[in-house]
Amino acid sequence: MANLLEMRDVHTFIGEYHILQGVNFTAPKGQVSVLLGRNGAGKTTTLKTIMGLHPAKSGAVLFEGQPIEKLPTHKIAKSGLGYVPEDQGIFSTLTVEENIRVAMLDQSDATAKRVDYVLTLFPDLKKFWKKDGGNLSGGQKQMLSMARAFVQDSRLLLIDEPSKGLAPVVIGTVIEAIHELKKQSTIVLVEQNFRMASIVGDTFTLIDDGRTVHTGEMGYLVENEEMKRKYLGIG
Amino acid sequence: MELLINLFVNGLSTGMLIFLLAAGLTLIFGLMSVLNFAHGGLFVWGAFSAVWVYATTGSFMLSILGAVVTGVVLGFVTEKIIITPVYGNHVQQILITLGFMLVLTEMIKVVFGPNQLAAKVPPYLDGSWEVGDVILIKYRMFIILIGFAVFGVIQFILKRTKVGLIVRAGVLNKEMVQALGINIKQVFLFTFIAGAALASLGGALMAPYSGVVYAEMGLEFGILAFIVVVIGGMGSLPGSLLAAILVGLAGSFMAYYVPALSLAVNMILMALVLIFRPQGLFAAKG
Repeated sequence: MANLLEMRDVHTFIGEYHILQGVNFTAPKGQVSVLLGRNGAGKTTTLKTIMGLHPAKSGAVLFEGQPIEKLPTHKIAKSGLGYVPEDQGIFSTLTVEENIRVAMLDQSDATAKRVDYVLTLFPDLKKFWKKDGGNLSGGQKQMLSMARAFVQDSRLLLIDEPSKGLAPVVIGTVIEAIHELKKQSTIVLVEQNFRMASIVGDTFTLIDDGRTVHTGEMGYLVENEEMKRKYLGIG
Repeated sequence: MELLINLFVNGLSTGMLIFLLAAGLTLIFGLMSVLNFAHGGLFVWGAFSAVWVYATTGSFMLSILGAVVTGVVLGFVTEKIIITPVYGNHVQQILITLGFMLVLTEMIKVVFGPNQLAAKVPPYLDGSWEVGDVILIKYRMFIILIGFAVFGVIQFILKRTKVGLIVRAGVLNKEMVQALGINIKQVFLFTFIAGAALASLGGALMAPYSGVVYAEMGLEFGILAFIVVVIGGMGSLPGSLLAAILVGLAGSFMAYYVPALSLAVNMILMALVLIFRPQGLFAAKG
Protein backbone atom coordinates (compact mmCIF):
# COMPACT_ATOMS: atom_id res chain seq x y z
CA MET A 1 0.00 0.00 0.00
CA ALA A 2 1.34 3.44 -0.92
CA ASN A 3 2.51 5.69 1.89
CA LEU A 4 0.82 9.07 2.02
CA LEU A 5 3.29 10.37 4.60
CA GLU A 6 6.81 9.32 5.40
CA MET A 7 9.31 10.59 7.99
CA ARG A 8 12.95 9.60 7.60
CA ASP A 9 15.36 9.99 10.52
CA VAL A 10 13.76 13.25 11.67
CA HIS A 11 15.48 15.30 14.36
CA THR A 12 13.72 18.26 15.99
CA PHE A 13 14.90 20.73 18.60
CA ILE A 14 12.70 22.93 20.76
CA GLY A 15 15.00 25.67 21.96
CA GLU A 16 18.13 23.85 23.12
CA TYR A 17 16.31 20.57 23.77
CA HIS A 18 16.80 17.74 21.30
CA ILE A 19 13.28 16.27 21.35
CA LEU A 20 13.06 14.07 18.25
CA GLN A 21 16.27 12.10 17.87
CA GLY A 22 15.55 9.95 14.86
CA VAL A 23 11.87 9.41 14.12
CA ASN A 24 11.00 7.11 11.23
CA PHE A 25 7.34 6.78 10.46
CA THR A 26 5.01 5.96 7.60
CA ALA A 27 1.28 6.55 7.19
CA PRO A 28 -0.18 4.19 4.55
CA LYS A 29 -2.95 5.69 2.46
CA GLY A 30 -6.48 5.02 3.71
CA GLN A 31 -5.39 3.69 7.10
CA VAL A 32 -5.33 4.92 10.69
CA SER A 33 -1.71 4.98 11.90
CA VAL A 34 -1.31 5.40 15.63
CA LEU A 35 1.69 6.96 17.33
CA LEU A 36 2.13 5.49 20.78
CA GLY A 37 4.54 6.07 23.63
CA ARG A 38 4.80 7.31 27.19
CA ASN A 39 4.24 10.94 28.19
CA GLY A 40 7.07 13.08 26.87
CA ALA A 41 8.21 10.48 24.33
CA GLY A 42 7.84 12.94 21.44
CA LYS A 43 4.48 12.04 19.91
CA THR A 44 2.98 15.54 19.93
CA THR A 45 6.29 16.99 18.73
CA THR A 46 6.19 14.51 15.84
CA LEU A 47 2.80 15.88 14.74
CA LYS A 48 3.99 19.46 15.19
CA THR A 49 7.10 18.69 13.17
CA ILE A 50 4.98 17.28 10.33
CA MET A 51 2.91 20.51 10.42
CA GLY A 52 6.02 22.71 10.48
CA LEU A 53 5.10 24.18 13.87
CA HIS A 54 8.36 22.77 15.26
CA PRO A 55 10.35 22.40 12.02
CA ALA A 56 12.70 19.46 11.62
CA LYS A 57 16.37 20.28 12.06
CA SER A 58 17.39 17.32 9.89
CA GLY A 59 15.81 14.37 8.15
CA ALA A 60 12.97 14.30 5.64
CA VAL A 61 9.20 14.56 5.82
CA LEU A 62 7.51 13.47 2.59
CA PHE A 63 3.84 13.98 1.82
CA GLU A 64 2.65 12.25 -1.35
CA GLY A 65 6.34 11.83 -2.16
CA GLN A 66 7.11 15.55 -1.95
CA PRO A 67 9.39 16.99 0.75
CA ILE A 68 7.50 19.34 3.09
CA GLU A 69 9.96 19.73 5.96
CA LYS A 70 11.15 23.15 4.76
CA LEU A 71 7.70 24.56 4.01
CA PRO A 72 5.95 27.05 6.32
CA THR A 73 2.97 25.70 8.26
CA HIS A 74 0.29 27.34 6.11
CA LYS A 75 1.71 25.81 2.93
CA ILE A 76 1.90 22.37 4.57
CA ALA A 77 -1.74 22.72 5.60
CA LYS A 78 -2.73 23.87 2.12
CA SER A 79 -0.98 20.91 0.54
CA GLY A 80 -3.60 18.68 2.18
CA LEU A 81 -2.83 18.14 5.86
CA GLY A 82 -5.36 18.87 8.58
CA TYR A 83 -4.32 19.23 12.21
CA VAL A 84 -6.37 18.62 15.35
CA PRO A 85 -4.18 19.70 18.28
CA GLU A 86 -4.24 18.23 21.75
CA ASP A 87 -6.06 21.28 23.14
CA GLN A 88 -8.36 21.28 20.10
CA GLY A 89 -7.35 24.85 19.15
CA ILE A 90 -10.92 26.15 19.17
CA PHE A 91 -11.31 29.90 18.65
CA SER A 92 -13.25 30.40 21.85
CA THR A 93 -15.05 33.68 21.11
CA LEU A 94 -15.87 32.73 17.53
CA THR A 95 -19.09 30.85 16.86
CA VAL A 96 -19.10 27.29 15.58
CA GLU A 97 -19.97 28.68 12.15
CA GLU A 98 -17.05 31.13 12.26
CA ASN A 99 -14.66 28.40 13.42
CA ILE A 100 -15.67 26.40 10.35
CA ARG A 101 -15.50 29.44 8.05
CA VAL A 102 -11.89 30.17 9.03
CA ALA A 103 -11.01 26.73 7.68
CA MET A 104 -12.90 27.21 4.39
CA LEU A 105 -10.09 28.24 2.08
CA ASP A 106 -12.44 28.77 -0.86
CA GLN A 107 -16.14 29.00 -1.67
CA SER A 108 -16.22 26.04 -4.04
CA ASP A 109 -18.98 23.41 -4.24
CA ALA A 110 -16.47 20.83 -3.00
CA THR A 111 -15.87 22.86 0.17
CA ALA A 112 -19.62 23.31 0.68
CA LYS A 113 -20.08 19.54 0.32
CA ARG A 114 -17.40 18.91 2.93
CA VAL A 115 -19.17 21.30 5.33
CA ASP A 116 -22.47 19.46 4.72
CA TYR A 117 -20.67 16.17 5.33
CA VAL A 118 -19.20 17.19 8.70
CA LEU A 119 -22.53 18.62 9.81
CA THR A 120 -24.15 15.29 9.03
CA LEU A 121 -21.36 13.49 10.83
CA PHE A 122 -21.50 15.82 13.85
CA PRO A 123 -25.13 17.00 14.18
CA ASP A 124 -24.33 18.81 17.46
CA LEU A 125 -22.33 21.35 15.47
CA LYS A 126 -25.42 22.25 13.45
CA LYS A 127 -27.42 22.49 16.66
CA PHE A 128 -24.93 24.93 18.20
CA TRP A 129 -24.06 26.69 14.92
CA LYS A 130 -24.35 30.19 16.38
CA LYS A 131 -22.90 29.33 19.78
CA ASP A 132 -19.38 30.42 20.78
CA GLY A 133 -16.81 27.65 20.43
CA GLY A 134 -15.64 28.29 23.98
CA ASN A 135 -19.07 27.37 25.34
CA LEU A 136 -19.14 23.87 23.82
CA SER A 137 -18.58 20.72 25.89
CA GLY A 138 -15.23 18.92 25.64
CA GLY A 139 -16.66 16.36 23.23
CA GLN A 140 -18.29 19.01 21.05
CA LYS A 141 -15.00 20.92 20.90
CA GLN A 142 -13.30 17.74 19.72
CA MET A 143 -15.95 17.31 17.03
CA LEU A 144 -15.55 20.92 15.94
CA SER A 145 -11.78 20.63 15.76
CA MET A 146 -11.98 17.45 13.68
CA ALA A 147 -14.67 18.95 11.44
CA ARG A 148 -12.58 22.07 10.89
CA ALA A 149 -9.52 20.05 9.92
CA PHE A 150 -11.57 18.02 7.46
CA VAL A 151 -13.29 21.02 5.87
CA GLN A 152 -9.99 22.39 4.59
CA ASP A 153 -9.78 19.47 2.13
CA SER A 154 -7.32 17.37 4.08
CA ARG A 155 -6.20 14.11 2.58
CA LEU A 156 -4.30 13.44 5.80
CA LEU A 157 -5.66 14.23 9.26
CA LEU A 158 -3.26 14.51 12.20
CA ILE A 159 -5.25 14.07 15.40
CA ASP A 160 -3.57 14.54 18.77
CA GLU A 161 -5.10 12.70 21.73
CA PRO A 162 -8.78 13.00 20.80
CA SER A 163 -9.92 11.07 23.89
CA LYS A 164 -8.10 13.27 26.38
CA GLY A 165 -10.39 14.52 29.12
CA LEU A 166 -13.53 13.01 27.58
CA ALA A 167 -16.14 10.84 29.29
CA PRO A 168 -16.21 7.19 28.12
CA VAL A 169 -19.53 7.65 26.34
CA VAL A 170 -18.12 10.60 24.39
CA ILE A 171 -15.00 8.61 23.51
CA GLY A 172 -17.34 6.12 21.83
CA THR A 173 -18.67 8.93 19.64
CA VAL A 174 -15.13 10.02 18.77
CA ILE A 175 -14.24 6.44 17.79
CA GLU A 176 -17.29 6.31 15.50
CA ALA A 177 -16.30 9.64 13.98
CA ILE A 178 -12.75 8.44 13.28
CA HIS A 179 -14.11 5.28 11.62
CA GLU A 180 -16.31 7.50 9.45
CA LEU A 181 -13.56 10.04 8.61
CA LYS A 182 -11.26 7.16 7.65
CA LYS A 183 -13.51 6.55 4.64
CA GLN A 184 -12.56 10.00 3.35
CA SER A 185 -9.04 10.64 4.69
CA THR A 186 -5.91 8.94 5.91
CA ILE A 187 -5.45 9.48 9.64
CA VAL A 188 -2.44 9.76 11.93
CA LEU A 189 -3.47 9.52 15.55
CA VAL A 190 -1.59 10.20 18.75
CA GLU A 191 -3.38 8.43 21.57
CA GLN A 192 -2.61 7.55 25.20
CA ASN A 193 -5.80 5.55 25.59
CA PHE A 194 -4.57 2.18 24.33
CA ARG A 195 -8.05 0.68 24.20
CA MET A 196 -9.18 3.39 21.82
CA ALA A 197 -5.93 3.19 19.83
CA SER A 198 -6.35 -0.55 19.39
CA ILE A 199 -9.96 -0.16 18.22
CA VAL A 200 -9.33 2.51 15.57
CA GLY A 201 -5.71 1.83 14.61
CA ASP A 202 -4.54 -0.25 11.65
CA THR A 203 -0.84 0.21 12.26
CA PHE A 204 1.23 1.48 15.20
CA THR A 205 4.55 3.22 15.69
CA LEU A 206 6.11 3.21 19.14
CA ILE A 207 8.18 6.25 20.05
CA ASP A 208 10.45 6.26 23.06
CA ASP A 209 12.80 9.08 24.07
CA GLY A 210 12.29 10.76 20.71
CA ARG A 211 13.16 7.66 18.66
CA THR A 212 11.08 5.16 16.75
CA VAL A 213 11.53 1.81 18.47
CA HIS A 214 8.88 -0.40 16.87
CA THR A 215 6.39 -0.29 14.07
CA GLY A 216 3.89 -2.80 12.72
CA GLU A 217 0.28 -3.96 12.52
CA MET A 218 -1.89 -2.99 15.49
CA GLY A 219 -2.89 -6.62 16.06
CA TYR A 220 0.74 -7.51 16.75
CA LEU A 221 1.01 -4.91 19.53
CA VAL A 222 -2.34 -5.92 21.05
CA GLU A 223 -0.99 -9.45 21.48
CA ASN A 224 2.49 -8.41 22.67
CA GLU A 225 2.24 -7.91 26.43
CA GLU A 226 5.96 -7.36 26.93
CA MET A 227 6.13 -4.54 24.42
CA LYS A 228 3.08 -2.85 25.92
CA ARG A 229 4.57 -3.15 29.41
CA LYS A 230 7.98 -1.87 28.35
CA TYR A 231 6.95 1.09 26.25
CA LEU A 232 3.44 1.96 27.40
CA GLY A 233 3.48 0.85 31.03
CA ILE A 234 0.38 -1.29 30.61
CA GLY A 235 -0.46 -4.97 30.47
CA MET B 1 -25.73 72.24 32.18
CA GLU B 2 -24.06 73.79 29.12
CA LEU B 3 -20.74 73.56 30.97
CA LEU B 4 -21.19 69.84 31.49
CA ILE B 5 -22.12 69.34 27.83
CA ASN B 6 -19.09 71.31 26.68
CA LEU B 7 -16.79 69.34 28.97
CA PHE B 8 -18.40 66.16 27.66
CA VAL B 9 -17.89 67.12 24.00
CA ASN B 10 -14.30 68.16 24.67
CA GLY B 11 -13.59 64.88 26.47
CA LEU B 12 -15.32 62.81 23.82
CA SER B 13 -13.40 64.43 20.96
CA THR B 14 -10.06 63.98 22.75
CA GLY B 15 -11.06 60.40 23.49
CA MET B 16 -11.76 59.76 19.82
CA LEU B 17 -8.31 61.00 18.82
CA ILE B 18 -6.74 58.71 21.38
CA PHE B 19 -8.96 55.87 20.12
CA LEU B 20 -7.62 56.26 16.58
CA LEU B 21 -4.12 55.79 17.95
CA ALA B 22 -5.06 52.99 20.35
CA ALA B 23 -7.16 51.01 17.84
CA GLY B 24 -4.13 50.02 15.77
CA LEU B 25 -2.04 49.44 18.86
CA THR B 26 -4.52 47.04 20.43
CA LEU B 27 -4.92 45.01 17.22
CA ILE B 28 -1.16 44.90 16.71
CA PHE B 29 -0.63 43.67 20.27
CA GLY B 30 -3.62 41.35 20.29
CA LEU B 31 -2.84 39.65 17.00
CA MET B 32 0.90 39.94 16.68
CA SER B 33 1.87 40.13 20.36
CA VAL B 34 4.08 43.06 19.41
CA LEU B 35 4.75 45.87 21.87
CA ASN B 36 5.12 48.75 19.44
CA PHE B 37 6.47 51.80 21.25
CA ALA B 38 7.04 53.48 17.89
CA HIS B 39 3.30 53.78 17.33
CA GLY B 40 3.31 57.39 18.53
CA GLY B 41 5.96 58.13 15.90
CA LEU B 42 3.51 57.11 13.18
CA PHE B 43 0.96 59.44 14.77
CA VAL B 44 3.32 62.41 14.69
CA TRP B 45 4.36 61.70 11.10
CA GLY B 46 0.68 61.70 10.19
CA ALA B 47 0.26 65.06 11.91
CA PHE B 48 3.23 66.71 10.17
CA SER B 49 2.39 65.19 6.77
CA ALA B 50 -1.14 66.53 7.02
CA VAL B 51 0.03 70.02 8.00
CA TRP B 52 2.54 70.05 5.13
CA VAL B 53 0.03 68.80 2.53
CA TYR B 54 -2.59 71.29 3.75
CA ALA B 55 -0.10 74.17 3.56
CA THR B 56 0.96 73.05 0.08
CA THR B 57 -2.39 72.23 -1.50
CA GLY B 58 -4.93 74.05 0.66
CA SER B 59 -7.06 70.90 0.65
CA PHE B 60 -7.98 69.42 4.02
CA MET B 61 -9.18 66.18 2.42
CA LEU B 62 -5.86 65.79 0.58
CA SER B 63 -4.03 66.45 3.84
CA ILE B 64 -5.93 63.57 5.48
CA LEU B 65 -5.22 61.34 2.49
CA GLY B 66 -1.54 62.32 2.58
CA ALA B 67 -1.32 61.40 6.25
CA VAL B 68 -2.95 58.03 5.67
CA VAL B 69 -0.57 57.29 2.77
CA THR B 70 2.36 58.27 5.00
CA GLY B 71 1.05 55.87 7.64
CA VAL B 72 0.71 53.05 5.11
CA VAL B 73 4.26 53.53 3.78
CA LEU B 74 5.81 53.92 7.24
CA GLY B 75 3.77 50.97 8.52
CA PHE B 76 5.03 48.75 5.70
CA VAL B 77 8.66 49.80 6.24
CA THR B 78 8.42 49.50 10.04
CA GLU B 79 6.89 46.01 9.95
CA LYS B 80 9.37 44.71 7.39
CA ILE B 81 12.55 46.24 8.81
CA ILE B 82 11.95 46.85 12.51
CA ILE B 83 9.29 44.39 13.65
CA THR B 84 9.84 41.23 11.59
CA PRO B 85 13.27 40.40 13.12
CA VAL B 86 11.91 40.65 16.69
CA TYR B 87 8.66 38.68 16.53
CA GLY B 88 8.23 36.66 19.71
CA ASN B 89 10.76 38.63 21.78
CA HIS B 90 9.13 41.33 23.89
CA VAL B 91 12.35 42.71 25.35
CA GLN B 92 13.86 43.23 21.90
CA GLN B 93 10.56 44.70 20.69
CA ILE B 94 10.53 47.29 23.48
CA LEU B 95 14.15 48.27 22.87
CA ILE B 96 14.01 48.45 19.08
CA THR B 97 10.64 50.21 18.87
CA LEU B 98 11.64 52.73 21.54
CA GLY B 99 14.79 53.39 19.55
CA PHE B 100 12.82 53.68 16.33
CA MET B 101 10.41 56.07 18.07
CA LEU B 102 13.36 58.37 18.78
CA VAL B 103 14.52 58.03 15.17
CA LEU B 104 11.06 58.92 13.87
CA THR B 105 10.92 61.92 16.22
CA GLU B 106 14.33 63.21 15.20
CA MET B 107 13.59 62.61 11.51
CA ILE B 108 10.61 64.94 11.88
CA LYS B 109 13.06 67.70 12.84
CA VAL B 110 15.31 66.84 9.90
CA VAL B 111 12.49 66.85 7.35
CA PHE B 112 10.17 69.57 8.71
CA GLY B 113 12.59 71.60 10.83
CA PRO B 114 13.04 71.79 14.61
CA ASN B 115 10.20 74.22 15.32
CA GLN B 116 6.58 73.46 15.95
CA LEU B 117 4.23 74.15 13.06
CA ALA B 118 0.87 75.87 13.19
CA ALA B 119 -2.10 73.81 12.02
CA LYS B 120 -5.39 75.31 10.90
CA VAL B 121 -8.92 74.06 10.96
CA PRO B 122 -10.37 74.21 7.40
CA PRO B 123 -12.85 77.09 7.00
CA TYR B 124 -15.85 74.82 6.57
CA LEU B 125 -15.12 73.10 9.89
CA ASP B 126 -14.22 76.28 11.74
CA GLY B 127 -16.59 77.94 14.19
CA SER B 128 -19.42 76.47 16.18
CA TRP B 129 -23.09 75.72 16.35
CA GLU B 130 -25.26 77.15 19.09
CA VAL B 131 -27.97 74.87 20.37
CA GLY B 132 -29.78 76.83 23.04
CA ASP B 133 -27.13 77.81 25.55
CA VAL B 134 -24.81 75.06 24.41
CA ILE B 135 -21.97 75.87 22.01
CA LEU B 136 -20.84 72.91 19.93
CA ILE B 137 -17.47 73.43 18.24
CA LYS B 138 -17.75 72.09 14.68
CA TYR B 139 -14.29 70.55 14.45
CA ARG B 140 -14.75 68.62 17.70
CA MET B 141 -18.07 67.28 16.47
CA PHE B 142 -16.32 66.31 13.23
CA ILE B 143 -13.67 64.36 15.17
CA ILE B 144 -16.35 62.56 17.20
CA LEU B 145 -18.14 61.65 13.98
CA ILE B 146 -14.95 60.36 12.36
CA GLY B 147 -14.05 58.41 15.49
CA PHE B 148 -17.37 56.57 15.57
CA ALA B 149 -17.27 56.09 11.78
CA VAL B 150 -13.79 54.53 11.99
CA PHE B 151 -14.95 52.28 14.82
CA GLY B 152 -17.95 51.24 12.70
CA VAL B 153 -15.80 50.49 9.65
CA ILE B 154 -13.27 48.45 11.65
CA GLN B 155 -16.06 46.56 13.39
CA PHE B 156 -17.65 45.85 10.01
CA ILE B 157 -14.35 44.53 8.65
CA LEU B 158 -13.73 42.43 11.76
CA LYS B 159 -17.26 41.03 12.03
CA ARG B 160 -18.41 40.77 8.42
CA THR B 161 -15.40 39.97 6.25
CA LYS B 162 -13.18 36.92 5.90
CA VAL B 163 -10.04 38.92 6.59
CA GLY B 164 -11.65 40.26 9.77
CA LEU B 165 -12.60 36.74 10.79
CA ILE B 166 -9.00 35.64 10.31
CA VAL B 167 -7.71 38.59 12.36
CA ARG B 168 -10.12 37.72 15.20
CA ALA B 169 -9.09 34.08 15.02
CA GLY B 170 -5.42 35.10 14.94
CA VAL B 171 -5.82 37.18 18.10
CA LEU B 172 -7.05 34.01 19.85
CA ASN B 173 -4.67 31.38 18.41
CA LYS B 174 -2.03 32.25 15.80
CA GLU B 175 -0.65 28.71 15.57
CA MET B 176 -4.07 27.24 14.75
CA VAL B 177 -4.72 29.86 12.08
CA GLN B 178 -1.52 28.81 10.31
CA ALA B 179 -2.43 25.14 10.68
CA LEU B 180 -5.66 25.93 8.83
CA GLY B 181 -3.69 27.03 5.77
CA ILE B 182 -3.61 30.78 6.33
CA ASN B 183 -0.44 32.83 5.88
CA ILE B 184 -0.38 34.62 9.22
CA LYS B 185 2.58 36.80 8.18
CA GLN B 186 0.44 38.44 5.50
CA VAL B 187 -2.28 39.02 8.09
CA PHE B 188 0.33 40.53 10.43
CA LEU B 189 1.53 42.91 7.72
CA PHE B 190 -2.02 43.94 6.79
CA THR B 191 -2.88 44.57 10.45
CA PHE B 192 0.28 46.53 11.11
CA ILE B 193 -0.24 48.75 8.07
CA ALA B 194 -3.88 49.33 9.00
CA GLY B 195 -2.82 50.23 12.54
CA ALA B 196 -0.16 52.62 11.25
CA ALA B 197 -2.67 54.27 8.90
CA LEU B 198 -5.09 54.77 11.79
CA ALA B 199 -2.33 56.31 13.91
CA SER B 200 -1.46 58.71 11.09
CA LEU B 201 -5.13 59.57 10.62
CA GLY B 202 -5.29 60.35 14.34
CA GLY B 203 -2.26 62.62 13.99
CA ALA B 204 -3.77 64.39 10.99
CA LEU B 205 -7.00 65.09 12.88
CA MET B 206 -5.14 66.07 16.04
CA ALA B 207 -3.14 68.79 14.27
CA PRO B 208 -5.97 71.32 13.74
CA TYR B 209 -7.47 70.29 17.09
CA SER B 210 -4.41 71.33 19.06
CA GLY B 211 -3.43 74.15 16.67
CA VAL B 212 0.24 73.21 16.59
CA VAL B 213 2.27 70.12 15.87
CA TYR B 214 5.65 69.34 17.41
CA ALA B 215 7.98 66.38 17.14
CA GLU B 216 7.57 65.15 20.73
CA MET B 217 3.77 64.90 20.60
CA GLY B 218 4.06 61.32 19.39
CA LEU B 219 5.61 60.21 22.66
CA GLU B 220 2.93 61.98 24.73
CA PHE B 221 0.04 60.49 22.81
CA GLY B 222 1.76 57.13 22.46
CA ILE B 223 1.76 56.77 26.25
CA LEU B 224 -1.93 57.72 26.39
CA ALA B 225 -2.67 55.08 23.76
CA PHE B 226 -0.86 52.43 25.80
CA ILE B 227 -2.88 53.40 28.88
CA VAL B 228 -6.06 53.05 26.83
CA VAL B 229 -5.03 49.61 25.51
CA VAL B 230 -4.27 48.41 29.05
CA ILE B 231 -7.60 49.74 30.39
CA GLY B 232 -9.63 48.44 27.45
CA GLY B 233 -7.96 45.03 27.28
CA MET B 234 -5.27 43.92 24.89
CA GLY B 235 -6.75 43.03 21.50
CA SER B 236 -10.22 44.44 22.16
CA LEU B 237 -11.44 47.19 19.86
CA PRO B 238 -14.65 47.99 21.79
CA GLY B 239 -12.50 47.99 24.93
CA SER B 240 -10.18 50.56 23.39
CA LEU B 241 -13.11 52.75 22.33
CA LEU B 242 -14.64 52.71 25.79
CA ALA B 243 -11.28 53.23 27.50
CA ALA B 244 -10.36 56.10 25.15
CA ILE B 245 -13.67 57.82 25.87
CA LEU B 246 -13.13 57.26 29.61
CA VAL B 247 -9.62 58.70 29.45
CA GLY B 248 -10.80 61.65 27.33
CA LEU B 249 -13.74 62.44 29.62
CA ALA B 250 -11.71 61.99 32.80
CA GLY B 251 -9.06 64.36 31.47
CA SER B 252 -11.64 66.93 30.40
CA PHE B 253 -13.64 66.94 33.66
CA MET B 254 -10.62 66.75 35.93
CA ALA B 255 -8.90 69.61 34.09
CA TYR B 256 -11.88 71.80 34.98
CA TYR B 257 -12.79 70.58 38.47
CA VAL B 258 -9.50 69.31 39.91
CA PRO B 259 -6.75 70.67 37.62
CA ALA B 260 -4.00 69.36 39.89
CA LEU B 261 -5.13 65.80 39.17
CA SER B 262 -5.78 66.19 35.46
CA LEU B 263 -2.50 64.60 34.43
CA ALA B 264 -2.60 61.89 37.07
CA VAL B 265 -6.15 60.76 36.41
CA ASN B 266 -5.18 58.47 33.52
CA MET B 267 -2.57 56.74 35.63
CA ILE B 268 -5.10 56.37 38.46
CA LEU B 269 -7.61 54.83 36.04
CA MET B 270 -4.99 52.41 34.73
CA ALA B 271 -3.86 51.48 38.25
CA LEU B 272 -7.47 50.75 39.29
CA VAL B 273 -8.00 48.53 36.27
CA LEU B 274 -4.71 46.71 36.86
CA ILE B 275 -5.67 46.07 40.50
CA PHE B 276 -9.29 45.00 40.03
CA ARG B 277 -9.36 43.68 36.45
CA PRO B 278 -5.80 43.15 35.23
CA GLN B 279 -6.91 41.68 31.89
CA GLY B 280 -8.62 44.99 31.05
CA LEU B 281 -12.28 45.82 30.65
CA PHE B 282 -12.82 43.78 27.47
CA ALA B 283 -9.81 41.49 27.10
CA ALA B 284 -9.89 39.21 24.05
CA LYS B 285 -10.24 35.68 25.42
CA GLY B 286 -7.65 33.16 24.27
